[in-house]
Amino acid sequence: MAKIIGAVVVDEEKCKGCNVCVNECIHDVLALHKEVNSYGYHYSYMKNSDKCIGCANCGLVCPDTCITIYRAKV
Amino acid sequence: MELIDIIKQENIVYKKSKVLNDVVMHYCPGCSHGTVQKVIAELIEELDLQERAIGVAPVGCSVFIYNYIEVDWQEAAHGRAPAVATGISRLNPDKFVFTYQGDGDLASIGSGETLHACNRGENILIIFINNGIYGMTGGQMAPTTIEGMVTSTTPFGRNAELNGHPLKITELIAKLPGTSYVTRQSVHTAAAVRKCKKAIKKGIQNVLEKKGTSFVEVVSTCNSGWKMTPVAANKWMEENMFPFYPLGDLKDDIKDEPASKN
Amino acid sequence: MGELRLMKGNEVLAEAAIRCGCDGYFGYPITPQSEVMETLMASEPWNTTGMVVLQAESEVAVINMVYGAAGSGKKVMASSSGPGISLMSEGISYIAGAELPCLIVNVQRGGPGLGTIQPSQADYFQAVKGGGHGDYKMIVLAPASVQEMNDFVDLGFELAFKYRNPAMILTDGAIGQMMEKVELSDYKPRNTVDEIEKIAGNWATTGKKPGNRRNVVTSLELDSARMEENNLRFQQKYKKMEEEECRFEEILCSDAEYVIVAYGTSSRVCQKSLEIARSKGFKVGLLRPITLFPFPKKAIAKLAEKVKGFLSVEMNAGQMIEDIKMSVYEAGKNVRIEHFGRMGGIIPTPGEVVDELEQKFS
Repeated sequence: MAKIIGAVVVDEEKCKGCNVCVNECIHDVLALHKEVNSYGYHYSYMKNSDKCIGCANCGLVCPDTCITIYRAKV
Repeated sequence: MELIDIIKQENIVYKKSKVLNDVVMHYCPGCSHGTVQKVIAELIEELDLQERAIGVAPVGCSVFIYNYIEVDWQEAAHGRAPAVATGISRLNPDKFVFTYQGDGDLASIGSGETLHACNRGENILIIFINNGIYGMTGGQMAPTTIEGMVTSTTPFGRNAELNGHPLKITELIAKLPGTSYVTRQSVHTAAAVRKCKKAIKKGIQNVLEKKGTSFVEVVSTCNSGWKMTPVAANKWMEENMFPFYPLGDLKDDIKDEPASKN
Repeated sequence: MGELRLMKGNEVLAEAAIRCGCDGYFGYPITPQSEVMETLMASEPWNTTGMVVLQAESEVAVINMVYGAAGSGKKVMASSSGPGISLMSEGISYIAGAELPCLIVNVQRGGPGLGTIQPSQADYFQAVKGGGHGDYKMIVLAPASVQEMNDFVDLGFELAFKYRNPAMILTDGAIGQMMEKVELSDYKPRNTVDEIEKIAGNWATTGKKPGNRRNVVTSLELDSARMEENNLRFQQKYKKMEEEECRFEEILCSDAEYVIVAYGTSSRVCQKSLEIARSKGFKVGLLRPITLFPFPKKAIAKLAEKVKGFLSVEMNAGQMIEDIKMSVYEAGKNVRIEHFGRMGGIIPTPGEVVDELEQKFS
């Protein structure tokens, strides 16, 4: 059976670190980075990239539209 | 498979709409405005309305919506967006005209214009962001502030005896013969965003088909005004706002007709 | 020769709007101008020229409908009377701030407050000094006959579009209700979509074109430096109006020792006063401002070089007299300037005006 693998790319400079995407991700993929962007926000990033299935839920709830989502079958 | 093999153009399943530009929104982190405006931009792109859409911006936090969504816009005086939209729509019936208004704008200072535009059945879509507070001016009581809710002008919580009752204007609007579709949505989860998008799409289609006014309320958060984190604000909204402002369609006059092909 | 008819001033406003290719009228009933919308509704222009007519829920809604429609590049107008114009003032300020053309008619009645439904000229300040908030001006046309009610609709639109600015016809209940012979203008077609694109394509909400910059109609600019730039541009525009659009009429001024300044209904009364005064050997002339903004400052200044006095005759407590004084002062002259006015809806009689002249200047 083919496996679905996803990836999340966050525009780090546009992310305001609201944490809504992190909270929405039921696969525990995302977290806020301990580093900050130039605005001083702890931006969202893929902490556990192997768990992402590309469901796009994080992108849907992102108020700043700074998430692009990829999905591939392997 | 490495990440680099997945992150390719052909594997994109979700990205920013072309109708939304690259300007960083001025909203606070986690604000519902950004999510709703993104959904509107996506629908304008999907329904190929960029050349036909004319938006009317309100006064309030979302006054600068015209800086983000790449269509022609007119900025209205506080509360007057439905009258401005009436003027545009009546003289330009080939255009898709919509307003985007907050609770202070729509349900307080603009309640007259809102009710009458809806009652005349203007062919416009009204998107109503209800977060129960005046965000831009610093968190004062709104017409929709629920009882007990603390704001800067109700520091001990809204008291109906002293401050009047919260206004369920969407329920009033659903009773008006000019409206064809009146619904209450939210955007705090992915599932809610999907539903909200469907609702706004239906509203747009109704307007394009000249079925009168469509009205989409989005119960929203103002985490800065509420003095909570965005995630806590979403939870507070679920627990406190939704019981008073229950989600779902309040009126759908055309649900029996076959769905449009769009 | 155009079509001749006997009509009320208010009815002519409606007829002239249809004939000049107006795209839309928004209104709310108020005495003494309700015939404008009544005439339009009975004419059903949407079946002929395609003009839209809508009765709104308030004057506040009216002016914002005008704002919306004007923002889309259309020729739109509204009419009302003092109390309604007060409600519209917020919207007029937005229209001026967003630099949109439109035509607003004020068929004046006596104020303040609910006042009276009888004619008045007490909204002069409101019309020429602003009325709403912020530094803005409107072109203000003051008809003195039913014929001018016809002529100034087209002229008002022409000037409004020339300057992308609201224009106002400031008339009163007497001219609105009066029936006179009028030669109606010929029909002009409404602007086509292509014409609107040509006239307003770079500022109006006509829909974003592929590859083109989109248009945003707004009066908002939070950057103070840019807001000041906007204001400087507005002021330049108002200055250009003062230089190029001033209109007035002089009657028997060439040998006059005293000049009455009056517009609209009071100027009609004063024409009769001239006859009476001259029969008594009083060399009196009349200067009738046709545009109240821009005010005929230069004409007044020129007269101030030779006349002994000005009498401002107005149906108010003395408003235009301030502009006369300013015109004389700016010209560095020193001439007596007096005011005679009736209020509460009373029109002065020609005899009263002559009595005032005699009392004040002999």
